[in-house]
Amino acid sequence: MAKRIDVSGLTAFYGTHRAIDDISMTVEPRSVTAFIGPSGCGKSTFLRTLNRMHEVTPGGRVEGKVLLDDENLYGANVDPVAVRRTVGMVFQRPNPFPTMSIFDNVAAGLKLNGKYRKNELANVVEKSLKGANLWNEVKDRLNKPGSGLSGGQQQRLCIARAIAVEPDVLLMDEPCSALDPISTLAIEDLIGELKERFTIVIVTHNMQQAARVSDRTAFFNLSAVGQPGKLIEIDETERIFANPSVQATEDYISGRFG
Amino acid sequence: MDTTTAPPTDAPPPPPVFDKGAPKAKKQLGDRIFLGLSRGSGITLLVIMAAIAAFLTYRAMLAISKDETNFLTTFEWNPQGEPVSFGIAVLAFGTVVSSIIAMVIAVPIAIGIALFISHFAPRRLAAPIAYLVDLLAAVPSIIYGLWGAVFLVPYLDGLNKWLDEYFAWTYIFDKTNEGVARNLFTVGILLAIMILPIITNVIREVFLQSPKMIEEAALALGATRWEVIRMAVIPFGRSGIISASMLGLGRALGETMAVAVVLSPSFLLSFHILDAGGGTFAQNIAAKFNEANGFGRDALIASGLVLFIITLLVNGAARAIIARRKEYSGANA
Repeated sequence: MAKRIDVSGLTAFYGTHRAIDDISMTVEPRSVTAFIGPSGCGKSTFLRTLNRMHEVTPGGRVEGKVLLDDENLYGANVDPVAVRRTVGMVFQRPNPFPTMSIFDNVAAGLKLNGKYRKNELANVVEKSLKGANLWNEVKDRLNKPGSGLSGGQQQRLCIARAIAVEPDVLLMDEPCSALDPISTLAIEDLIGELKERFTIVIVTHNMQQAARVSDRTAFFNLSAVGQPGKLIEIDETERIFANPSVQATEDYISGRFG
Repeated sequence: MDTTTAPPTDAPPPPPVFDKGAPKAKKQLGDRIFLGLSRGSGITLLVIMAAIAAFLTYRAMLAISKDETNFLTTFEWNPQGEPVSFGIAVLAFGTVVSSIIAMVIAVPIAIGIALFISHFAPRRLAAPIAYLVDLLAAVPSIIYGLWGAVFLVPYLDGLNKWLDEYFAWTYIFDKTNEGVARNLFTVGILLAIMILPIITNVIREVFLQSPKMIEEAALALGATRWEVIRMAVIPFGRSGIISASMLGLGRALGETMAVAVVLSPSFLLSFHILDAGGGTFAQNIAAKFNEANGFGRDALIASGLVLFIITLLVNGAARAIIARRKEYSGANA
């Protein structure tokens, strides 16, 4: 079930270093929101605060609020493990579990939740692999290791793994940056299909990709190296690329920055 | 204007730069010395192994051919007696059983310590603990033996009685003879302590190398800390755990002094591991070598050959297990 994300006054630290500063935004359900900006502007850090993965890094710390349909992910009694079960994530480099078969990779999240029956499991795995447009390529070798697939297939396997648990939100951290153009296209098509069911947030360095897949785009920037990253603006993707309201956004998008 | 094309001339082509005309270019001196040294080292290793194997086999054959009983099934060790009678049954049994006890105790503890150091302990604590484990490896084995005989044996007496009283139904903990805890169980515990450092260190190294990417994948799926370890760390380190265990097992099989000091040697072969007595290959050799005549020594060497073969088999088995799991090892991640 797709949910709305409401961020207010979010600041993230690495030790004493302030990585992102005072970010507020709303992400609509059943839409794709793209984060763009130069390297080091904190867009990946911000993404990782949305499923409490930021605090896994030693010294990682967060102030502020992230509401998922009115429930604060950083509330005092919230278990980060429970948050990560409802906010799925796909990483920059495909990272299927190398010791598991394709089937077990997709089933991994379900087995963690503990509530499944054997035939039910097979159904969910098939549905998720179909959802990730991978089923036809792997249906004859579900028992082979996931690490034997190509990079693009591995990334779609990771997407299948993430959607198998039916998360409310799907976070993608530069999911195509390690892939060739054909695999990238396959993933972009997939994102278009997945947004009917999930709230999707994607970090990308590729501005054409942001323009192709997203409904809304957020531009992050930092004033200087070592300074915290800030949200410059967030708007409809068409407006960001055609007629942004901040000069810095236009400079970045047209290549005049630095 | 075209400036790249040279005007045509009648000058002869320049001499070749790489082809000096010699039929085979001479190798640099440094290369030749290094090649000779490394090749020599490799050959030395093979020669040493061959020499040991040949020596063991030759002397063992001298002894076994004169043995008037079955070498493999005879309990007693009396090569200088009349008739000549000696066999490895007790020694093989004692060696294998004490090593298995050591493995059963040491491997789970080693995995626990390695996990604690690599994934749970705060950094300030991890380094000192790792150092302590190294320190355990630095204690000479005769010290372990003395500690075992003077401290462990009397203290384990009570445990032995308790195990005998409440767990005799398990058969292995049923104590059927009198005597203090100079038995295979005590030897196993002592060996476990002695092989703990090497197993822990190898496993710790493997766990430290488990890829962050895969651990994050598990975390992002909503895995708890323990589930991350179960899904991403232990499967990745499985072949490392097996190699580490086999390294430890090799040590346990060959350990001499500690066993010789603790065990009260006898020709006893009993599956009741609390029964006092028994023997191991290395302990038997250490205890009897000085008093043995030439033939007695040959007989002891024959037992050494069996130990050598057992160790080889253990190593081979470990390699086979690791090779079988290669596809899933994570090496291709």
